[in-house]
Formats: sequence, C-alpha cells, structure tokens
Amino acid sequence: MADEYVKPDPEFTKRVIEAGGDTVNLCFQCGTCTGSCPSGRYTAFRIRRMIRMAQLGLKDEVLPSDDLWYCTTCYTCYERCPRGVDIPGIVLAMRSIAVREGFMKEPHKKTANFIINNGHLMSLKDEHKALRKNNGLEEIPPTVLMYEDALNNVKDIIKKTEFDKLIGGA
Amino acid sequence: MYSLFLGCIAPLRYPGIESATRQVLSALNIKYNELEGASCCPAPGVMRSFDEKTWLSIASRNLQLSEKKGTELLTICNGCYGSLFEAAHILEHEEGMRGKINEIIDGDGYNGTTKVRHIAEVLYKEIGVDEIKSKVKDELKLNVAVHYGCHFLKPSKIKKLDDPERPTILDELIEATGAVSVSYKDKQMCCGAGGGVRAGSPKVALDMTRNKVDNMKAAGAQCVVTPCPFCHLQFDRGQKELGEGYDLPAIHLSQILGLALGVDKSKLGFESHVTPVDPIL
Repeated sequence: MADEYVKPDPEFTKRVIEAGGDTVNLCFQCGTCTGSCPSGRYTAFRIRRMIRMAQLGLKDEVLPSDDLWYCTTCYTCYERCPRGVDIPGIVLAMRSIAVREGFMKEPHKKTANFIINNGHLMSLKDEHKALRKNNGLEEIPPTVLMYEDALNNVKDIIKKTEFDKLIGGA
Repeated sequence: MYSLFLGCIAPLRYPGIESATRQVLSALNIKYNELEGASCCPAPGVMRSFDEKTWLSIASRNLQLSEKKGTELLTICNGCYGSLFEAAHILEHEEGMRGKINEIIDGDGYNGTTKVRHIAEVLYKEIGVDEIKSKVKDELKLNVAVHYGCHFLKPSKIKKLDDPERPTILDELIEATGAVSVSYKDKQMCCGAGGGVRAGSPKVALDMTRNKVDNMKAAGAQCVVTPCPFCHLQFDRGQKELGEGYDLPAIHLSQILGLALGVDKSKLGFESHVTPVDPIL
C-alpha cells in the first residue's frame, strides 16, 4: 500500500542538484536547521523535512506546498549546518523548479512583472516624486527610470532569458 | 571612489534614506558618483527564487556599470548588497559562468572586477568609529535596538565581515552617535520580510516582526535602526499592520547618522514613515 503515499521521483533530485542544490546529499538530518529557522517558529514548515523530501525526490509534495515559500533566506541554517549544506540554495532551486511547473503565488507574479516592465520592484508615482523633491532630490532617480536606453537593456536581457514568458502577464 | 547604487525601496518609497545617505557621505568626505541607468539589483528573494539566470544577468549588468566607471559599487540596502555581492562572487569563481552571462548582457560584457560594498562596512572600515565620533554635532540620547538584517553579514563564508551570531560593527557605529545599543532577545533574528515572504505570506512575515518589536520594546528601546530599507519598510509599515501598541520608530543607519552629524532634519525624510518618528526627534 506504500505506493499510495509516496511517489519518489529520482529525476527531481537530479533537477534540484542541477539548479544549484548540489549539496543536498550531504545532509544527515540532524535538525540544526529546523531549530534555527525563524519561519519554523510560526508555521508547520520544517526545513529539515523539506531537505529530506528533496533527497528522496518527493516532487509532488514539495512543488505545490506553501512551505516552500516560507523561507526568508535568512541563512541562519546555512551558517549553523555542520555539513555545509547550502540550504537556502536548495530552497531557491526548488522554487525555480516550482515556477517552471506553474506553481507561483499571485503577489510574486505581480512583483516579477514590475521588474519586467519598470526595471524596479515598484512604480514611481506622483506622491513619491513630491516626497523626493521635498527631500532635496531630483523627482526621478538617476536609474533606469531616468534613462530609457538603460531600461531597454534590462528588457532585452529579460527577452533573451525568456523571463517574461516564464512569468506570464500580471 | 564609489558609485552609489540606489536599489528600489530607498529612492522610490523612502527617499529620506537616499537623501540622508548623500548628506552623510558628504559630511564624512566620502567621494561618490551616480550609477546612471542602474536597475533593481535584482531582489535576491523574489527574482532569484524564480529564475537564477535572469537574476544573475541583471545583477551582472549593474556590476558592469560600476566596472566601466572604475569604481567600487556602494549599496545602502542588505538586499542589494546580498544580491550583488553573491552575483559578483559567482561570476568571479564559477568557471564559465561569466562567459554564459556575457552572451546575454549588452556591450563588452562584465570582466568580473567590481567590488561590492555596503555603506555600514565602508563607514566602519574606511572611515572608522573614532572619526565618526569626532564629527558628531548632536550627541543622541537614545536607546536603540540594532537590527542587522540577514544579508549584511550572511553568508559569512563569503562576506567575512563580522561574527554572524554576535556581531558588533553596527552597534559600534550607532554608539558613536552617543546612543546606547540595547541588548534584546533574538537580536539576530530576521525581520520576516525577506525571500518573498512579505509579498507571498504576509501573516508569517508579521509574526516574526511582532516577535522582534516586542523584544525590542521589552528591552527599553526607543527606536529600531537597520542598515536595510527592506527591513526598515517591514518594521515601519508592518507595525501599522500589527495595530495598536506598535509604535516603535524605524530608522535607517544613514538617517541616525544624519541626525548625529547635524544634517537638516527636513532632509531626512521622516515624513515618509508610516510609524511616526516624532517621539524621538
């Protein structure tokens, strides 16, 4: 009956390793990471379990889970890991696979689309321009917001990597 | 010589942080120029979570802009520092990676020479606590909860700035203003915002923020000081989201130094803060 519960996919572990999680098999499940994890204090997210699922290739449990998005990338686990496992790197690798498989939260899609369209995480509205002026700054900062060619360079990068296609419209 | 990398949150939401930084750099005779056409670093949590190649390419373009000017790249945000420092590290050390990325970015490519700096460590290492102390005009009588944030010191294996568990860099800088850095529970803990958690799971982010602010207030802090506009945003806006009783002013490192170095308060942007700063001014 066990196969009703667990469908390991060794290919998933390989994908995680290729996507930057190459230290995943060094983990010997001591739990120092879970004991250090701030998100683990407030949620049922257990980073040790997540790493074990990566080792076992439990793709269908990892990819749709909310837990995967509770890591703040604070690096405390990585600092304390006695095996030198790049735990945040494994989380990022699994997140990027999740995005490719269509698992992405709406607010994240929205943020990604801001970068696709503006080269920044957020817009510059009139109220922010006024605030800048009040603080003795130019209304528009000297970033891609001021230089159209520069913004086009960023947009070209996004076209080449097909990031816009990956994210889809807002 | 430095190129000032603005990022997103400082110039677009808390321009007082940008303004304070410019004033503090001038007051301490630190020469810098603009990094025209820079973009989002891009954000380590959200962008790197979605696509490593796009993250690294856009970061590489920003590093290239500074390289062309022959300057070090000066960040005022832990997120920008973390993203660009790690990207520069990958592009310097991972064989073949720079070649792959240079096929994506415009122009002659990035040669891998840009040094990425954080304003806090530049102030500490290049200027020094004693020099800052000697330039203080208004000694601050404040109890400060110092919040390091995560991406300033970690991963310490590559940053090599200070002990990530018991650092002192920021405490020393802040005490140079006359303020007292109070000791509080879970001081090294995350604010909750990073890694896309504020955007994707705001309640989880706020649970962490609540814990931090409760501990700061229990230790008698009158404000929280961070070297990161994103932590700053999380403390400043997060407290409004937490509701009644959450009123601890959040101040960026540049702003508190601005106060001590005698910068005109109207140029420190406190009016853009959601949690009022007046009680400590």
